[in-house]
Amino acid sequence: MAAAAKPQPGYRIKVQTQLNAVTPLMTSSETFLLRLYVAGQTPKCVRAFENLKRICEEHLPGHYHIEMVDLLQNPQLARGDQILAVPTLVRRLPEPIKKIIGDLSNTERVLVGLDLRPARRLNT
Amino acid sequence: MSAIQELAKSPTGIHGLDEITNGGVPKGRPTLVCGGAGSGKTLLAASFLLNGIVKFGEPGVLMTFEETAEELASDLASLGYDLGKLVEEGKLVVDYVRVERSEIEETGEYDLEGLFVRLEHAVSSVGAQRIVLDTIESLFAGLANPGILRAELRRLFRWLKDKGLTAVLTGERGDAALTRQGLEEYVSDAVILLDHRVEEQVSTRRLRIVKYRGSHHGTNEYPFLIDRDGLSVLPVTSLGLSHPALKERVSTGVAKLDDMLSGQGYYRGSTVLLSGTAGTGKTSLAAHFVDAACRRGECCLYFLFEESPQQLMRNMLSIGIDLQQWVKRGLLQFQAERPSRFGLETHLASMQRAVAKFKPAVTVADPITNLLTVGTHSDVRSMLTRIIDYLKGESITGLFTSLTPGSRELEETDAGISSLMDTWVVLTIAEQNKRRRRWLSVLKSRGMAHSDTVREYLLTERGLQVLDGEPEARSGGGSKAAAGL
Repeated sequence: MAAAAKPQPGYRIKVQTQLNAVTPLMTSSETFLLRLYVAGQTPKCVRAFENLKRICEEHLPGHYHIEMVDLLQNPQLARGDQILAVPTLVRRLPEPIKKIIGDLSNTERVLVGLDLRPARRLNT
Repeated sequence: MSAIQELAKSPTGIHGLDEITNGGVPKGRPTLVCGGAGSGKTLLAASFLLNGIVKFGEPGVLMTFEETAEELASDLASLGYDLGKLVEEGKLVVDYVRVERSEIEETGEYDLEGLFVRLEHAVSSVGAQRIVLDTIESLFAGLANPGILRAELRRLFRWLKDKGLTAVLTGERGDAALTRQGLEEYVSDAVILLDHRVEEQVSTRRLRIVKYRGSHHGTNEYPFLIDRDGLSVLPVTSLGLSHPALKERVSTGVAKLDDMLSGQGYYRGSTVLLSGTAGTGKTSLAAHFVDAACRRGECCLYFLFEESPQQLMRNMLSIGIDLQQWVKRGLLQFQAERPSRFGLETHLASMQRAVAKFKPAVTVADPITNLLTVGTHSDVRSMLTRIIDYLKGESITGLFTSLTPGSRELEETDAGISSLMDTWVVLTIAEQNKRRRRWLSVLKSRGMAHSDTVREYLLTERGLQVLDGEPEARSGGGSKAAAGL
């Protein structure tokens, strides 16, 4: 968990229409393909979606695509992405696949989880 | 059987386990199986589930947190279960749940609804009545928030009960508690503990029912086996004492000894202990018994723990007993095994399998004292109890020889096992007038008026010959050696 600064893809972004279907990868930057697993319209799930949207707008404007999966309607999809916790955010692209569980209320941690910011430790 | 209202039970189909639990695990409720690594938890849980499908027509869900579906399928294939086929037939769902902490970032509140959705989906897709979660505790390694996990586990157990699922959950043995995460707190119905101990380089597996609410159950530790036929528990005492008691008698092969046993020899289907110090002729007396049985056309299975069959047959030929002829005619089979080759559990299994295959009328185990090199007295005793229960259930007459160390008191040495035996014949040897003389007596023989005399006998070219009447030694100076039995 070295804090060595890696190139941060999130900062080399271009504006793109956010509700686009997945666009092929652009040459110099990546589109974030995000899938949010929820189970019905629970407050946690609604909160997670709102938080996600806000974070994406702030840090990945025009460069992301959010797909919502309601497990109550598509229970068979839980297996594929190994979903246990709800809500779970899966970053499907860029690879590798990343998972963030919870209502995404801690923006810092979401950014770290999405590799938009290197993990920071207080005591190092 | 009892006035207490017994719970509804789901049979596990595991040999022995259903006997000690009086019918299986609690139906529609969770049962916890805990034990250390390699103790057989997964196998027990999987057997419960697969037997449910194959033997009892109850579809099932196997949710595994540790092994992938493929790994599990290949493990269980060796026991004759075809997971792929059961899945295809729509009777089984195997769901491998992978939780890897390093891949998961946690931020804010969550619950395990995803797990519930998967369970619900799996259960409803096959109409499952049985479910196995192996091992749910892996969640604690994968997720950081124990508070949420505990709350969700409680919800999970409630969910299982509401669904009326007969569940078996496995848990890793903890240092202070039964399981690392204290799962036993959530399961109030039944807890089974598995143990795998190695004592003096010999491993023994044991099973104990720690808790079984509202039901009778055996409280002992029961040895259990894992072999190519799967898992089987040896309910040492619970087979009960319900075996048939035959009135028919079988000759000991020595007419004078028959006389001492109210004229007719041992009861068929009973157990006989022949004990004595080295060189007293225990094996010779056993050979007489085998010879007599073969002459009647009965099959004999002879377990040798010390000599090879060839050596034994040569030695017996020297006292005029030709066992070779019976081997040739297929009436006599030997199974020679060094005791140290396996643990007691394996010996027991292999003996039982041999008996089941050959279906003899008579078995001999010679000498059982050699088994003490691979187990403690109480282990050997429990093993013998199981063998004896089995033999009696099949009405097979069992003869066991036991070597008494010269230095120790006879009764003390054999006390542990003698209570399992119906007839106990004691052989002794003593020096008198520069000659080694042998004496024989019937220490006990249940259900018959047996002789209380100590008779001298000789090992001759024509076999073991019991001398008539009171041995002369009774009145002589050396009598104490003989009478001091």
